[in-house]
Amino acid sequence: MYEKHLMICGATGCLSSNSGKVKEALEAELARRGIKEKYRLVMAGCVGFCEVGPIIVIYPDEVFYCRLKPGDMAELVEKHLIGGEVVERLLYTSPDVEVPGRFYDTIPFYRKQVFNVLRNSGIIDPEIIDEYIMRGGYRAFSRALKMERPQICDEVKRAGLRGRGGAGFPTGMKWEFTMIAPGEKKYVVCNADEGDPGAFMDRSILEGDPHAVIEGMLICGRAIGADEGYIYCRAEYPLAIKRLRIAIAQAEEYGLLGENILASGFNFHLNIKEGAGAFVCGEETALLASIEGKRGMPRPRPPFPAVSGLFGKPTCINNVETFANIPLILREGGVEEFASIGTESSKGTKVFALAGKIRNTGLCEVPMGITIREVIFDVGGGVQGDREFKAVQAGGPSGGCIPAELLDLPIDYDSLTKAGAIMGSGGLVVMDDRTCMVDLARYFLSFTQKESCGKCIPCREGTKRMLEILERICDGSGEPADLDTLESLAFSIKDSALCGLGQTCPNPILSTIRYFRHEYEEHINEQFCRAGVCKALFQYYIDPETCIGCTRCARVCPVSAISGEKKEVHAIDQSLCTRCGSCVEVCPKNSIQITRVRRKADVSS
Amino acid sequence: MSAVKLTIDGMPVEVAPGTTILEAARKLEIDIPTFCHDPELTRNGACRMCVVEVEKARALVASCCTPVAPDMVVHTDSERVRTARQTILRLILANHPLECITCEKTGDCRLQDYCYRYGVSESGFQGETKDLPLDDTNPFFIRDMNKCILCGICVGKCQEINGAGAIDFTRRGFVTNVSPPFGDPIENSSCVFCGMCVDVCPVGALVPKAGVGKGRPWEIEKVKTICPYCGTGCSVYLHVKDGKIIGASPDAESPVNRGHLCAKGRFGWDFVHSEERLTRPLIRRNGVFVEAGWDEALDLVASRLKESIARYGPDAFMGLSSAKTSNEDNYLFQKLVRHLGTNNVDHCARL
Amino acid sequence: MGNQAEGSALNGELDLSQVDALVEPYLDKQGVVIPVLQKIQEHYGYLPRPALERAARRLRIPLSRLYGVATFYAQFKMMPRGRNIIRVCKGTACHIQGGSKIAERIEEILKIKVNETTPDMKFTLEEVACIGACALAPVMMINDEPHGRLTPDKIKKILASYE
Ligand SMILES: Cc1cc2nc3c(=O)[nH]c(=O)nc-3n(C[C@H](O)[C@H](O)[C@H](O)COP(=O)(O)O)c2cc1C
Ligand code: SF4
Ligand code: SF4
Ligand code: SF4
Ligand code: FES
Ligand code: FES
Repeated sequence: MYEKHLMICGATGCLSSNSGKVKEALEAELARRGIKEKYRLVMAGCVGFCEVGPIIVIYPDEVFYCRLKPGDMAELVEKHLIGGEVVERLLYTSPDVEVPGRFYDTIPFYRKQVFNVLRNSGIIDPEIIDEYIMRGGYRAFSRALKMERPQICDEVKRAGLRGRGGAGFPTGMKWEFTMIAPGEKKYVVCNADEGDPGAFMDRSILEGDPHAVIEGMLICGRAIGADEGYIYCRAEYPLAIKRLRIAIAQAEEYGLLGENILASGFNFHLNIKEGAGAFVCGEETALLASIEGKRGMPRPRPPFPAVSGLFGKPTCINNVETFANIPLILREGGVEEFASIGTESSKGTKVFALAGKIRNTGLCEVPMGITIREVIFDVGGGVQGDREFKAVQAGGPSGGCIPAELLDLPIDYDSLTKAGAIMGSGGLVVMDDRTCMVDLARYFLSFTQKESCGKCIPCREGTKRMLEILERICDGSGEPADLDTLESLAFSIKDSALCGLGQTCPNPILSTIRYFRHEYEEHINEQFCRAGVCKALFQYYIDPETCIGCTRCARVCPVSAISGEKKEVHAIDQSLCTRCGSCVEVCPKNSIQITRVRRKADVSS
Repeated sequence: MSAVKLTIDGMPVEVAPGTTILEAARKLEIDIPTFCHDPELTRNGACRMCVVEVEKARALVASCCTPVAPDMVVHTDSERVRTARQTILRLILANHPLECITCEKTGDCRLQDYCYRYGVSESGFQGETKDLPLDDTNPFFIRDMNKCILCGICVGKCQEINGAGAIDFTRRGFVTNVSPPFGDPIENSSCVFCGMCVDVCPVGALVPKAGVGKGRPWEIEKVKTICPYCGTGCSVYLHVKDGKIIGASPDAESPVNRGHLCAKGRFGWDFVHSEERLTRPLIRRNGVFVEAGWDEALDLVASRLKESIARYGPDAFMGLSSAKTSNEDNYLFQKLVRHLGTNNVDHCARL
Repeated sequence: MGNQAEGSALNGELDLSQVDALVEPYLDKQGVVIPVLQKIQEHYGYLPRPALERAARRLRIPLSRLYGVATFYAQFKMMPRGRNIIRVCKGTACHIQGGSKIAERIEEILKIKVNETTPDMKFTLEEVACIGACALAPVMMINDEPHGRLTPDKIKKILASYE
C-alpha cells in the first residue's frame, strides 16, 4: 500500500509550464531518499487551473500545491511527505484569498464549479481502467445492456441532454433517428476534432478520463444498434490519442470492447482516426468524408448522417463532452439527477475553457444557467491586471462577442443565441480595453477564410471579400460605406452557404458591429484604434510626466527608435517606430501611452 | 410510396418522394439557375446559385439537392432569393476575368446569362484575384483556371463517369483550384482527352482549341450526325460555320452515348478540312502516285480483282471495310465481297 | 526529425522501396488515404512526389486524389522542412495576447515567412491553431517543446538555443 498519492497534472497546459521536469525532480528526490515505494506518482488529467500550473494534489491529505518548480521538490518531500506538514509557501495565494487556499473548497476558482463531466479528471490515473471502474465506471453501460434500445434513447431524451459540440441538438432524438434508420450496419462516431482555436475542453476530457467517452460511445452503440465506432481526434492532441489507445486496449482486455461483450451478445469495436489539420472537419459531413479518406468537404444534408453517414450507413455523431455525460445519465437515477441541474431548455453542466485577458485561465465546469458574470468574475477571477472588461467571445469563430452590458445573461443555448453568440463548444475568450474589436473580427475572418473548404461560393469568395474589407479598415483605408457592405454580405453568406462554417462565420463581424459599432466608426472616420492594436491607427508616446528615464524601453526597442539619457525623459522617433509594443511591456511606470496618429497637416498648423 | 404534394411559387405540384425541389420546379417550367448541378453526378450543392426560400426553414436551401417534403411551400424568386443570387454573382465576378469580348464562351456562358437575368453588371468588390498560368500545351483544349468558378462538374465527370481521374480539387479556401496532380499540364496527367469536362463547363474555363477565333455560338449551326469513327454509333452535333466544321459536341438525348463522346468524336474533326486529305483516286505509276479519274481507278481495281480470282480463286483476297463508313455502306460492302465468292470480309472497329 | 537526411535528399535519391512497405497494411481497405499519407510523411518528413506516385499505383487510387487530399489538410507538407520546426500559435487566446507580434519577430530574425524554411535548413516557420496551452499565451512550439508567455524580445535568445 502507498502512504500517499501524488497527482501531478500531466495535461498539456501543465506540461507546457514544465510539469514533466517537476515530476522528474520529485522522482529523483524520492529515489535519493530511498522512499520511492511509499508514494504513488500519477501523471493525472487536467484539474482545470492551468493558470497556476504545474499542480500537484496530494491525497489523502487533500492539499493543492501550485506554481511548482523542480527546485521546490526537495522541500515538498522533506516537509510534507516526511514531516507531515503543509508547505504554506506552495499553496494557492492570490489577491482574492485572505489565507492561502489549501484545497479545492478554499480556492475561489473552484467554488462555483460542479464536477460532473470532469468528475474523474485529476483524480484517477487515466491510464488505468480499474481506477475508472472503481469510481463507478462502466456500471451505466452494464445497466444499458439490460435495457431495451428505445428505453435508452428515452432516458437520454428525458434527461434533456443537448449536443455539446456547438449546435445543441437534443441527443436523445439523434439517437432515436439513428436507431430507427433502416440498415444492418451502423456506426457511432465521436467528434474529437475540437477546432475552435482557444478551446480545449474535449482535449482535457480525453486526456483525463478517456473511459467516460468510451463508455458513452458503447451505450450509444447499444442504443442505436451499431457494432463499430470511430473517434476522430485532432492530430495536434498526441497525448489524448495516446491515452485513448491505452484505454481502448484495456477495455478490450477486460471484455468491454470486442465480441459478445459481458456475454450479452453485443459486439462493439472502436477505431481511432487522426485528423490532419482542417477546422472544417469538425463539421459532421466533412468529418465523415475525412474518415472515408477524402478531402474534408461538407456535403448537403439531407440525407442526415443518421440515415446515410459513414460509408453510406446510418451514423450517430456526437461530441466528446456529450458522450462523457452519457454514463451519468444512464446510471440508476441518473436522469433525474442530470435534469435537476440547469435551466428549462438547457440541462446539466457545461465545461468552458477560460482564456484571453482573464486572471484564472483554465478549464471550469459550471451548471447551465449560471451568469456570464459569475463565470468570468467569480470563477475566472476577473480581468488580468484589473483592467476594464470589454467583452467575451463565446463560440469561437462561429460565435459572437458578449459585451459588458450583457454580463448578467444566463449561460444557456437560447440566451446566447439571442445575444448573437452561440454556446459553441465552450471556448470563452475574455477581452479588455486593449483588445480591438475590429481586429478581433478581422482575426476570426482570417481564420475562417483560411479554413473554408473552398467548396461553396458564398463562403470561399465571401469570406475573402469580408476579410479584405476588414483589413482595409484596420489599415486606415476603410470607407463609411464599408459597414453596410459588410453587413449585407454577411447576411447573404449566412443565408446561402452550404455548411455551418459558412453560415456562422459572419457572426463575429455582425456581433462586433452590433455592440461596438463606434469602434468601427472610429477606425473609419477618425483613423484611430483606441486599443492600440491596428498599427496604422495609433502612435506610442512617452508621457514626460511619469517617465523616470530607466532606459529599459530604449534597450529593448529592436529598431532603436527610443532615445534619452539615463534618468531623463525618453522620446520615441515616430519615423522609426514599428509599434511592436516591446517597450510597453517593459516600462515599469506605464508611461508609454497610445495616441492618435499626428498627420503632417496637424504638425504644420 | 404516395406522391408528395407541395406548393412552388403559389402553384401546387405533385411529385414522387425523393424528387428534388429543382426537379419539381422544372416540372412547373420554373427555371431555377444552376451552375454545379449535373443529374449524372453525386449531389453537390457547391455553387448555391439554385437556392430557394422554403417557408419555416432557417436559411435558404439549395434546390438542386434538397428533396421535397409534404406541404412544403417554396418561393423560387423572392426578394431574399434574388439578393442571395446577386451576391453570389457579384462574388464570382470579383474573381473572374471580365474578358467576355474575346472569350470563346460568350453567348453560351451561364455566368453571363445569369448576370443578365439578375442585373449584375459589376462586382463592386475590390481585392485579390486569381493569377494562374494558362494550360494550352495539348492539341485539344485550353484550361484557363482563372475563369473557373469551381462548380466541380468537370471533376465529377472525370472521376465518376470517365474514371480517368486526371483532375481533382487542390488546396482549399480561396486558393482552391481544379488541377492535375502537382499542377502539371493536363497532357502529362492521366487525362484521356475525352473532353467530357470541356462539354460541361458552364463558363469559359475549358474551351476546345479547334474553334478558337472561328465563330460565336450564335453563328454556329449544330448538325446532328452519327460519329463515324467506330461502331458504337455515338450521336454527335457537328458545329458548322460557313460550311466548315469547327467543333463537335455530344448529344445528351442519344440513348447510345447519353451525352458522352471519346477523344476522337469530340476533337478529331480536323481531318475533314485537311489540306492533305485525298479527294481524288491515286494510281501508282512507276513507283509514284499519280492522280487519276474515278472510272479509270475503279476499272483498274475491278480488272485486278478479276485477274486474282481467276488465277488463285476467290479466297485469295479479302475485303476490309472501315468503321468510318455507315452501316448501310458496310452492308453493301460485305454483299459485294461475298458476291465475289469469299467470306473473307472484316471491318476495323477501331480507327 | 529523425528522417532529415532522407527528407532533404533529392527526389532521385529517395529510397522508394519503403513506400511499398508503408502502403502494404492498407491495401484493399476503406478510407486509407489519410493514414497512408501520414505514414509517408512520418517516414520522409514530407510528401515526396515519387513516393505519392508509387503509393497511388500500389493503392490503385488516382494520383490526383492523393494530391487533392494532401493539399487540403494543413498537416501535409509537399516540401522538405528544416531541422527545427517552429509552430507559432495562431489561436484566439494567443492572438489576443499579441501572438502576431511573435510571428513577426521570428520572420524578421530568420528572414523567412510563414511556411518557409531558412536556406541552411535550420528552421521552418509554421502556424498552428491552438495547442491547448492558452493559459500561457502567447505560445509557440519548437519541435516538441512549448515556449509560453512569450514577448517579442525573448525570441532571439530562444532561437539561439537551437542547432
Ligand atoms: C465548421 C464547424 C466546426 C465544428 N467543429 C466541431 C468540433 O470541433 N467539435 C464538435 O464536437 N463539433 C463540431 N461541430 C459540430 C458538429 O458538426 C456536430 O454538430 C457535432 O459534432 C454533433 O455532436 P453533438 O450533437 O454531440 O454536439 C462543428 C460544426 C461546424 C459547422
Ligand atoms: S460554407 Fe465554407 S466550409 Fe462550408 S461547404 Fe461552403 S466553402 Fe466549404
Ligand atoms: S478530357 Fe476527360 S479524361 Fe481529360 S480531364 Fe477532361 S474528363 Fe478527365
Ligand atoms: S473548369 Fe469549368 S466545369 Fe470545371 S470546375 Fe471550373 S467552372 Fe466547373
Ligand atoms: S446548382 Fe444547386 S448548389 Fe449549385
Ligand atoms: S490559443 Fe494559443 S495555445 Fe490556445
